[in-house]
Amino acid sequence: MPMSYFIGLSVVMFAMGILGVLLRRNPLVVFMSLELMFNSANLLFVAFSAYHQVLDGQLFVFFVMTTAAAEVAVGLALIVAIFKAKRTIDLDQMSSLKG
Amino acid sequence: MTQADFYSILPILTILLWALLLLLADLWIPKERKSMTALLAAIGLAVGVGLSLSQIGQTALTFKGMLMLDSFAVFLNIIYLVSGILAIALSYDYLKRMGIERGEYYVLMMFSIAGMMLLSQAYNLIVVFLAIEFLSIPLYIMAGFARPRLESEEAALKYFLLGTFSSGFLLYGIALIFGATKTIGLEGILASLNGGEANLVLFIAGAALMLVGFGFKVAVAPFHEWAPDVYQGSPTPASAFMAVSVKAAGFAVLLRIFLTAFPSLAQQLMPVVWGVAALTMVVGNVLAINQTNLKRLLAYSSIAHAGYLMMAFVSASNPNQTGQAVSSMLYYLVAYGLTTFGAWAVVVSLEQAEGKGLDLDDYAGVGQKYPWLGAAMLVFMLSLSGIPLTIGFWGKFFLFRTTVQAGFTGLALVGLLTSLISVYYYLRVVVYMFMRPGEPRVRRDSWLSLVVVGAALAVVLLSVLPSRLLEMAAQAVLRLQ
Repeated sequence: MPMSYFIGLSVVMFAMGILGVLLRRNPLVVFMSLELMFNSANLLFVAFSAYHQVLDGQLFVFFVMTTAAAEVAVGLALIVAIFKAKRTIDLDQMSSLKG
Repeated sequence: MTQADFYSILPILTILLWALLLLLADLWIPKERKSMTALLAAIGLAVGVGLSLSQIGQTALTFKGMLMLDSFAVFLNIIYLVSGILAIALSYDYLKRMGIERGEYYVLMMFSIAGMMLLSQAYNLIVVFLAIEFLSIPLYIMAGFARPRLESEEAALKYFLLGTFSSGFLLYGIALIFGATKTIGLEGILASLNGGEANLVLFIAGAALMLVGFGFKVAVAPFHEWAPDVYQGSPTPASAFMAVSVKAAGFAVLLRIFLTAFPSLAQQLMPVVWGVAALTMVVGNVLAINQTNLKRLLAYSSIAHAGYLMMAFVSASNPNQTGQAVSSMLYYLVAYGLTTFGAWAVVVSLEQAEGKGLDLDDYAGVGQKYPWLGAAMLVFMLSLSGIPLTIGFWGKFFLFRTTVQAGFTGLALVGLLTSLISVYYYLRVVVYMFMRPGEPRVRRDSWLSLVVVGAALAVVLLSVLPSRLLEMAAQAVLRLQ
């Protein structure tokens, strides 16, 4: 398969991720969109790694997956804490900080 | 791992190991004696300062070219460690007063500092990415540390979502650069660029995305929206820590990557960076005018200062001025860091529970009732606006001089004009403190007073001898190819 297919798919995934983060109001969906952004980069790493015959890219993906997992742990904990206090996690209702 | 490898990361290892042991030891420290944890953390950071001082003057490329120990990294490591110690001094009484005294706070801060130190030595994009995550994740938790206060939790979520968003951009940029150059080591990238093998379209797209990612991290316009909310909601000492060291770390890695690996690109991206710097200075200073909450005011001020620091980045694109630009930026970081910590310390001493005591009206009468605190705040505000006889003046002076010498008179002019705007809102705080009658409530704590007095003295005294510190900063320039 030509390299441009992989680049194209990954760009589409990345754009969907960005749009999801900017447009969706549920933090869990925002979360998934963030993961989509990370995974679009992972796809690019793996594809380039195979294309260039260099292992660095595949190595990078492992590190990205572990850090993404660490981030999810913190993020979900924050969402749970906010849900306990407010009984809602809608991002539009996070308005206690205003100047 | 050779001995040289080991030695080059000795301060980082020490901080990490210390933090892990402290996390364990904290289990046995009774709840009402958590000041013990603070003290132990501060000692750990002080040991780190000592070890970093012993590395001054060394240059070593270690771990098969993944890490670079040079005087630039050592200089920054010392900044992070000292700012950590200052942040602990601010937190010590604050956490107790707000009823959120838990030992993990200090451990998280140490983890974050270890990440920053790794970042300043990173010479490979894997290390850059991991170090950025390593320094950010503990900060997300620290932002939400005043739980169950809603403001703090919301600040943490906001910081987390935007921080991860920016990491996504950074990561995608790195992936594109890997695709363009077949490598993720900074030296390999430079070689591939010089050899003409790199795919320039992918490369420029990647560098631009990385710039966006870093732009979020250091809060330059138009990526600054999160900073005031996060700084307002987080525990105040944590905000001070973020405002100083995270900004320093972001700019350090930005300089490292763009000047070491992408020097040819630095010139092409220059118009963009010029625009970002000018926009950040204008936006930060103009939006600060209307703020009445001191935490938000200082947040906007930190955005404005990011714009000034960006100016050094613009002048660094002129090859004749690169060294000068880097040293004036380091000088500015020290000046900004010292002054900012002092100002935040004053905010900490006036803050009451439930986010009260942060409004400008609460500062009325402080100057009459507590003349020393008022005088210290006057010094900090003068220094932040860059008025002579303070270190902030020299910071701006060196920065503007380098910018003019590098041929960007227009940008220096924008900087000068926005500094004039900033005088208004900084001095308004002082006017409230000295000219309005009021019944301020000030918390007295010896560590806090020590930071306030020490920072005020340093700001004034270092301004009398500006050249010594500049020499140190000049010796700390990057090892360039």
